[in-house]
Amino acid sequence: MPHLQSIIHPAGIQAARVSHLWWVMFWICAVVWAAVAVTAMVAIARGRRGSSTATDAQMARSVTVAGGLSVAALLGLLFQSIVTGRALDTLRSPDALRIQVTGNQWWWDVQYEHAVPSRRVTTANEIHIPVGRAIRFDLLSTDVIHSLWIPSLQGKIDLVPGRLNELWLRADEPGIYRGQCAEYCGLQHAKMALVVVAEPPDDFERWLTANRAPASPPTTPEQQRGRDIFERGPCAMCHTIAGTSAGGRSAPDLTHLGSRSTIGAGTLPNTKGYLAGWIADPQHIKPGNRMPPTGLNGEELQAVLAYLETLK
Amino acid sequence: MPVARLTVALAALCLAGAAPAGCEREARRYQELPASANRETGVRVGALEPGMPQQQAEVRSPYQDNAWGMGEGKRLYAAYNCAPCHGVNGGGAIGPPLIDDKWIYGARADQIYATISQGRPDGMPSFGGHITTQQIWQLVAYVQSMSGQVKATSAPSRNDDQMAALPESRQSKQVPVQTGHR
Amino acid sequence: MTPAEAPRIVDNDPRLAPGGLDEERRRLEHTWRSPSGLIGWLSEVDHKAIGRRFIVTAFAFFVLAGLLAALMRIQLARPDNTFLNPDLYNQVFTMHGTTMMFLFAVPVVLAMGVYFVPLMVGARGIALPRLLAYSYWMFLFGGLFLYVMFLANVGPDNGWFSYPPLAGPEFGYGKRADVWAQLITFTEVSSLVVATCLICTILKMRTPGMSLNRMPLFVWAMLVVSFMVMFAMPAVMISSTCLILDRLMSTHFFNQAEGGDPLLWQHLFWFFGHPEVYIIFVPALGMMSEIIGTCSRRPVFGYLVMVLSMIATAFIGFGVWVHHMFATGLPQLGQSFFTAASIMIVVPTSLQIFGWIATVWTARRLAITVPFLYAASFFFVFVIGGLSGVMLASVPLDRQVHDTYFVVAHFHYVLIGGSTFPLLGAVVYWFPKMTGRMMGQWLGRLSFWLLFAGFNLTFFPMHLLGLYGMPRRVYTYPASMGWGSMNLLATIGAGVIFLSLLVFLVNVITSLRAGAVAESNPWGGSTLEWATSSPPPPYNFLPQPTVASREPLWHPELASPPVVGLESEKRQVLVTAVLDAEPDHRYKVPGPSLWPLATAMATTLMFIWSIFQAMGLVWGAIPTFVCLVGWFWPTRGKERLAASPPTRLTLRESLS
Repeated sequence: MPHLQSIIHPAGIQAARVSHLWWVMFWICAVVWAAVAVTAMVAIARGRRGSSTATDAQMARSVTVAGGLSVAALLGLLFQSIVTGRALDTLRSPDALRIQVTGNQWWWDVQYEHAVPSRRVTTANEIHIPVGRAIRFDLLSTDVIHSLWIPSLQGKIDLVPGRLNELWLRADEPGIYRGQCAEYCGLQHAKMALVVVAEPPDDFERWLTANRAPASPPTTPEQQRGRDIFERGPCAMCHTIAGTSAGGRSAPDLTHLGSRSTIGAGTLPNTKGYLAGWIADPQHIKPGNRMPPTGLNGEELQAVLAYLETLK
Repeated sequence: MPVARLTVALAALCLAGAAPAGCEREARRYQELPASANRETGVRVGALEPGMPQQQAEVRSPYQDNAWGMGEGKRLYAAYNCAPCHGVNGGGAIGPPLIDDKWIYGARADQIYATISQGRPDGMPSFGGHITTQQIWQLVAYVQSMSGQVKATSAPSRNDDQMAALPESRQSKQVPVQTGHR
Repeated sequence: MTPAEAPRIVDNDPRLAPGGLDEERRRLEHTWRSPSGLIGWLSEVDHKAIGRRFIVTAFAFFVLAGLLAALMRIQLARPDNTFLNPDLYNQVFTMHGTTMMFLFAVPVVLAMGVYFVPLMVGARGIALPRLLAYSYWMFLFGGLFLYVMFLANVGPDNGWFSYPPLAGPEFGYGKRADVWAQLITFTEVSSLVVATCLICTILKMRTPGMSLNRMPLFVWAMLVVSFMVMFAMPAVMISSTCLILDRLMSTHFFNQAEGGDPLLWQHLFWFFGHPEVYIIFVPALGMMSEIIGTCSRRPVFGYLVMVLSMIATAFIGFGVWVHHMFATGLPQLGQSFFTAASIMIVVPTSLQIFGWIATVWTARRLAITVPFLYAASFFFVFVIGGLSGVMLASVPLDRQVHDTYFVVAHFHYVLIGGSTFPLLGAVVYWFPKMTGRMMGQWLGRLSFWLLFAGFNLTFFPMHLLGLYGMPRRVYTYPASMGWGSMNLLATIGAGVIFLSLLVFLVNVITSLRAGAVAESNPWGGSTLEWATSSPPPPYNFLPQPTVASREPLWHPELASPPVVGLESEKRQVLVTAVLDAEPDHRYKVPGPSLWPLATAMATTLMFIWSIFQAMGLVWGAIPTFVCLVGWFWPTRGKERLAASPPTRLTLRESLS
C-alpha cells in the first residue's frame, strides 16, 4: 500500500506530532471500547441468568467509578490534545520560506514570495520545498472555499475567499508527497490534487533559480510553430509562459511545465501521451473543468507538444 | 394503496411540469463544441441593405436558457478582459455599455457572435480563433442577459464582489434599438 | 372553576359498570373515529394515523436515500470508475445527505413521539391535532418537491450543508441551491410544528398522577428533543433564508466584498447542524431506555441520572458547533473552548451507557428479544462512533482527519449505531402496538445480524481510508492511491446492508398479513401504551388511567382510580398542570378538517413560487392567509360528528 497521502506515515514535524497524538488516542479509545464491550457482554450473560444479587447502591458505586474513570480518560485525552496543539504552534519563525497559494476551481496557483518582485517565482500545482526549513503558506482563494491538505506534512487549512489563512509546516525527509483539496469546491473537487517535493536545500535553490528564468526559446522549426500556435491560438488567452506574449492569468502558469510531474492538478502524469490527450480534450478527462477542447488538429497538436516539452 | 397511488400521480404531474424548464436551465454541457454562427461573415450589422429586406432566420445561443452556460459566460467576461472596456458590470467605459438598449452592430445572437468573433472598429478585438465557439456562444448568452434579454430564472445573479449594477437576473428587459455607428 | 365543578376522580362511576362501559365505548368510537373516504383520509387528525403516515413516509425516504448511497458505493467501488459522471455524483451525495438528515432521521424520531407520547402520558389524543396534520403535509410536499426537482435535473449538488460561495449566487448556477434552501424551509416548519404539539402534550396533557418525575424516559427524551428543535431550527431557517436572499435579491450576507462573510453561513448552519444530530440521537436514548427496561424486567437504573444526562447533552450540544470549523482558521483560543465542550458532552452519554449496562446486569431474567438485540448493539457500535468523536474534538487531529472518510465513518457510527439501530429496535418493539401483530422472530434476527455485519463491513474500513488520506465528497480516486480494496469492501458491505433492509421489509409485510396476533402487552412493558389494545382505539384508552408510580403496569397494587367526567359526545381531553399533573380543565380538541391540507398546499405554492420569482412570496401569501383565516375562523369545528351514519365526511363538514 503506497503511503503518498497518509496521516500515519508522517514526513514532517507537524504531521509527526499529530500522528503521535493519533496513536495515543487510538490506544486509549481501544481500551475503553474493549472495556465497555466486555462489560456489556458480561452484563447480558448475567442478566440472562437473572442471578445478580447486586443492590442498586452497589450498582451506583460501580457506575460512579466507571464515570470517574471515563472522565479521567477524557481529561487525559484533552491534555494530550492541548500539548500537541501547543507544540504545533512552535514552528513559527521569522526566516521561514513564504509561499502564497491561491485556490482556484480546480487548480493551485503557487507563488514564492520575495522582497524583490522580480525574484518571485510563479508556478502551479507543484510545490518544491527545502528539507528542514520552516515553510509558511499564505492561503487565498479566488472563488470558493478550498482546503490545502498535505497529510504527510501537516493538517489542513481552508482557503476562504476574502480571508488570509496561514499554514506552517516543515519537511524532515526528502521525498514526494501528495496533497489534495479537502473542502468540497464543486464539480472537480475530486481531481484538485497537488504534488509537494521536499528536497535538500541546494537542490531546492537550483530548482528555484531555474524556475525564475523565463521560458527557454524554441530551437527547432516545429517548436517554433508550436510557440506560434500557443501565442496566437486559444492557449495564450488563459495561460502564461514568461518570455513569450502569452500572459493569461486565469489558468496555471506553464513557463516550466516540463519540470512538473503531473498535469491537470495531479490528475495525470506529465508525459507526452497524456499531455496530448489532455490538450486535445480536457473535458473527457476532467469533465467540467475550465479548459475547453482546443480544436487543434493533429499537426498543430504535435507542434504544441514539441514546444511544451522544451519548457523545463 | 390509494395513498401511494395519489403520491406517485402527484409527483408525476409535477415532474411533467418541471422537467422541460429544469432540463434546459440546469444542463451542463461541458463537452459540447457547437458550430459557429450561421453565415458568420454574412451577418447583417446594420439596418441598411440593398433590395428587398431579407428575412433572417432566428438564431439563438445554445446557452440562452442555460444557467451554467451564462455563468461560464460571466466568468469569461472577467477572464478575457471585457471588463476594462465595457465596465465591470457592463456599464461601459471606453467601450460602449452592454446593459442598455442601444446596439451598434445588432442585438441578435448571431450579430453579437459576429461582433465578438470578428472584432469591430474603434477597439473591439477579434476573438475568433482565440477562444472556442462554445465560449463565444456562452459570452453571447451572457451579453444578452446583461440587458435582460433572457429568462430571469436562468440569468446569472450577483457576483461575490462589489456590485456596481443590478445583477443580470434582476435587470429589466431593454428592448434593443439598432443605432448606427457614431 | 370552583372545587365543586372541577372534574373529580371517583371510584364507582356508573359508566364504568360493565354494561355502561360498552355504551361508553360505542359513544367514544363514534366521536373519535377517523372518517372514511378520500375526504376523510385527507382530513385526518388522529395522532396515531398521522404518526403512522410520518413513519411510513420517512422510511420511504430512507429507502430512496439508501438507493442513492448504493449508487455512490457502486461508483466508488473501483478507482477511476465512470458509473456516475461528476455532476450526477455531486447531486447524488447531496441528495443522500439531505434526505437522510432532513427527510428521514428527524421526522422519523419525531413521528415515533407523535404516535407514542400521547399513549405513554395517558392522554386521549395529542395537543393541536390539526397543526400536526399540517406538519405532515408540509413534510410530504417538501420531500416530493425535492425529489421531483432531482428528477428534473434541478437537484441540489452542493452537499447537505450547502456552503457559500459554492452555493452562492456567483458559483451556484441555476436553481439547485434554491431548491435545497426551500426544502429546509419545508422540513423546518414541519419539525417546529411537531415539536410544538409534543411540548404541549407532554407538559399539559399528562394523565393525573404522572408528575414530571414519573414520566417515562422516552417521554423525557421527546420533551428535550422538542425544545432542541425549537432552539436549533430557527438558525438554519435564517441561514437558508439568507442564502435565498443572496441568490435572488442580491443581499450580501455571505459576500465578503460587501461586508458579509462566508464563515457566517458556517456558524449559523452548524449552530443548527450540531444540535440536529443530537435531535436525531436523543429520542434513540429514550427508545433504548424503554427497550432495555422492558427486556430487563426492571426499572432502568438511575432514572434521575438518565433524565439529567439527556438534558445536559441537549444543553452542551448547543455549545460545540465550532468543531465543524476547526480547519477554517479561527482563533486558537476559541477553538480550545469548543474542544473542551466537545469532550465534555461525552460524559452524560457515558453515564447513560453505564446505567443501561447496570440495568441489564441486574435484570430479572433478561429477555434477549429482537428489540433487545438492536438496543444492545448500541454498546458496540455507538461507542466506536463516540470515541472517534472524541478524537475529532481534538483540534490537531481534526485538522488532519476533517473532511476525510474518517469523519464519514464517525458520523455513520454515531447516527446509525446511536439512532438507527435503536430506532429499528423500537419499530420491532412497538410494531405489535401499532398493528396488532408480532413481527416474525426468525426474519427479525436475520435482518439484525445482516445489518450488524453489513454496517461494520461498510463503515469500519472508512476509518482507515480517512487515515490513508481519502477526502470526502470525491466522485472518484486514482488507482495509484491504494484505496481501491477498502472501497470495494465498503461497497460489498453496502450490499449486505441492502439485503438486511430487504429482509426487514419482507418481515414487515409478512407480519402485517400473517404475523401472530398481539395482545395488549406482549413484552410485559411497564408504561401506559401497553394498557390499551393493540392497535389502540381512536380514543386511546377506556377508561383513561391515572398513575401512582413510574411503572404503572408493574404495580397494579398501586392502581389509582381512572379519569371520569370527560364527555364522550364531543372530542374532549383532560388538561393538567405542568409539574404534578393535577387536573386543570377539560378541553375541546378540534376534529377532522381539510384546512390543514389546504393551508399546506397554499404554503407549498408560496415557497416554490418564491424560488422562481421574488414576488411569489407575496402572491403566495394571499392563499395562505385565506386558508389560515378559514382554519382559525371561530366555529364549533368538527368536535361533534353527526349522530347517525354515514361515516363519510362531506366537504362542507371538513371545511368547518
